[in-house]
Amino acid sequence: MKHFIGFVKKEFRHIFRDKRTLVVLFGMPILQMLLFGYIITTEVKDARIAILDQSKDETTRKIIDKLSSSGYFIITRYLDNENQIEACFRKGEVKEVVVFEPGFGQKFQKDKKASVHLIADASDANSANLVVNYTAAIINDFVTKENSASALPMQVITESKMLYNEELKGVYMFVPGTMAMILVLICALLTSISIVREKELGTMEILLVSPLKPIQIIVGKVAPYVLLSFVNVITILLLSNFVFGLPVQGSIILLLAESLLFIILALSLGILISTSTNNQQTAMFLAMLGLMLPTILLSGFIFPVENMPWWLQWICNINPTTWFIVILKNIMLKGLGFMSVWKETAILAGLTVFLLGVSTKKFKVRLEK
Amino acid sequence: MKTIFFILQKEFTQIRRNRMMLPIIFVVPLVQLLILVNAANMEMKHIKICIVDDDLSSSSRLLTGKFSNSKFFTVKGNTFDMNEALTEVENDHANMVLHIPAGFEHTLVRENKAKVQLLFNAINGTVAGISSAYAGQIISGYNREIITRWYGVSKTQAGPGMINVIPSFWYNPDMNYKVFMVPAILVLLVTIIGMILAALNIVREKEMGNIEQINVTPIRKIHFIIGKLLPFWILALIMLGVGLTLGKIIFDIPMVGSLWLLFGVAAVYLLVIQGFGLMVSNTASTQQQAMFAVFFFMIIFIMMSGIFTPTDSMPRWAQIINYANPIAYFMRLIRMILLKGSGFTDIYKDFLILLGYGVAVITMAVVRYRKVS
Repeated sequence: MKHFIGFVKKEFRHIFRDKRTLVVLFGMPILQMLLFGYIITTEVKDARIAILDQSKDETTRKIIDKLSSSGYFIITRYLDNENQIEACFRKGEVKEVVVFEPGFGQKFQKDKKASVHLIADASDANSANLVVNYTAAIINDFVTKENSASALPMQVITESKMLYNEELKGVYMFVPGTMAMILVLICALLTSISIVREKELGTMEILLVSPLKPIQIIVGKVAPYVLLSFVNVITILLLSNFVFGLPVQGSIILLLAESLLFIILALSLGILISTSTNNQQTAMFLAMLGLMLPTILLSGFIFPVENMPWWLQWICNINPTTWFIVILKNIMLKGLGFMSVWKETAILAGLTVFLLGVSTKKFKVRLEK
Repeated sequence: MKTIFFILQKEFTQIRRNRMMLPIIFVVPLVQLLILVNAANMEMKHIKICIVDDDLSSSSRLLTGKFSNSKFFTVKGNTFDMNEALTEVENDHANMVLHIPAGFEHTLVRENKAKVQLLFNAINGTVAGISSAYAGQIISGYNREIITRWYGVSKTQAGPGMINVIPSFWYNPDMNYKVFMVPAILVLLVTIIGMILAALNIVREKEMGNIEQINVTPIRKIHFIIGKLLPFWILALIMLGVGLTLGKIIFDIPMVGSLWLLFGVAAVYLLVIQGFGLMVSNTASTQQQAMFAVFFFMIIFIMMSGIFTPTDSMPRWAQIINYANPIAYFMRLIRMILLKGSGFTDIYKDFLILLGYGVAVITMAVVRYRKVS
């Protein structure tokens, strides 16, 4: 036991002496939070659009005003004819061109039917879709308002309620995702490197001939990272509460316990990587390319899982991050209890046992060599 | 000139012999190209809806029918208990609830006004926003239809008008998101080879002590740097070609613009990031440090480059920072050239900025490189 404590102390010293790694350790979560909180949004805001108004009457002016005051769009250009649209898109100046047909207002007031053409630059399909939908919604809203001014016989009024996230803030999506990403990154990447480093530098042999048991070496290696990751979890929760105004709705203790489970899972992934590689460069590339992008893309963090083809959904289902994000959302945002996440918890626990089993087995094989 | 040739020969031999890294470098990004491109899809097609129809009138049935016939919505359940419906949302079995209160038709006819309630799971605000927009379109269409039903066509025409919104999607009428993602993954590919590998390569010589041997040879530092950077410059361009070919064959991505222009832009872009890589390798003394430094900045630059999300939505200060983000330039240009066929006159500003940037960064890195350790 004394040896073990000494070994853990050594590990802590290693980490605290390497200032650059420390910056990555503690700087990364904060940076990621701010990055996702302020910069990365999938919503439409200040999208640049151009207007081709072939009618130039009061109605079109009202709609244009409504578009520009909505906060979603910035009208950067007024075009004179249709030939300019192509050039406008090719230079990447605008996302969408709103084309009012000639005599728009006249048709709207007299014939009760007018057309507006929304031409979107769909080389970015997602945002084209969003921009068109937002524009259509604003025009729809305009029509409803105009109609309610004059009495329409039967009106269906829609009452919308946004559950869990009334203001449709982006933080609700990215806090769980970022948390999962940071934990995977720090636990898996750093542990794998720290074990492989001992191999590469040849000091692993020394550890192996010491009175420490293999399991003690592994536990001693990962123990500091469990603690540091836990500090990161708390940092993220504090940031999300005080900077982004997103408090934890459910039980904090349950949340921390689940995070601990996920940390252990990510650590076992790290150990697995380190036992199957023999130099830092390979371990890093494997951890970064193999874990980073799937964590971001194949977990429902940015892109909804149900939109993917079935075989990718299947991959998502064996990705532990997917389950952890569900757990986080249920506890943090919906305020649900353990009963709502027991299935996900069981999956994570099962995966942890499996990964730990595989990596201890691999570790032993290496010992005998 | 001869010296450079020999250094190049040595570098290529080294790259070829590194059996462990080669597959990771080349195969992993290509596999990701094939897999991840399918993942990035924001288009909502099957929004799961739970319907609570407390009215059960012909009018309410018409409305629920509209939702179940829409290609955007999939009806996941019908219930008469609001709590049950909310539980469905809690468990993620449904994304939204449509609640038609009892007496809906009655109120609509008597008072000319009736309410329906829509509840969305808004944790993903974007999805909730799109769902709400789709639902709004369906309900206003329904409203027109029901007026026609009760009052006949004449009344709708007497009432105030409607605006027919016709969307059209240029350059990508099928709204195929892969077309957008393939160029983005190609940017990552080029960046990883050009920046990370070049930086690690030099640092490795330092870490292993080989750099001393090179330093005492008559090789001039400019020769050494060219020898180090050129192989990865060539490799990155070759990989871009391979990636483009795969993208064309498998995903059938459009290549509207000039490929010469694309490769020209890529060649200039590589100058910038290789300069960055060289700077990192000047300061780092171990591979781990170099890796972390590169990784730290790469994540920020990639995320800010507009790879998944539009750069327009970013706050002003972030857009200003983006002027210094080389990945953002290349990300934008590759999409413009491939998908929209932008020509040199459309992009010459960005091109010149990149060129100036590249020359500046490379010069700085070369000047700061010291042969004396």
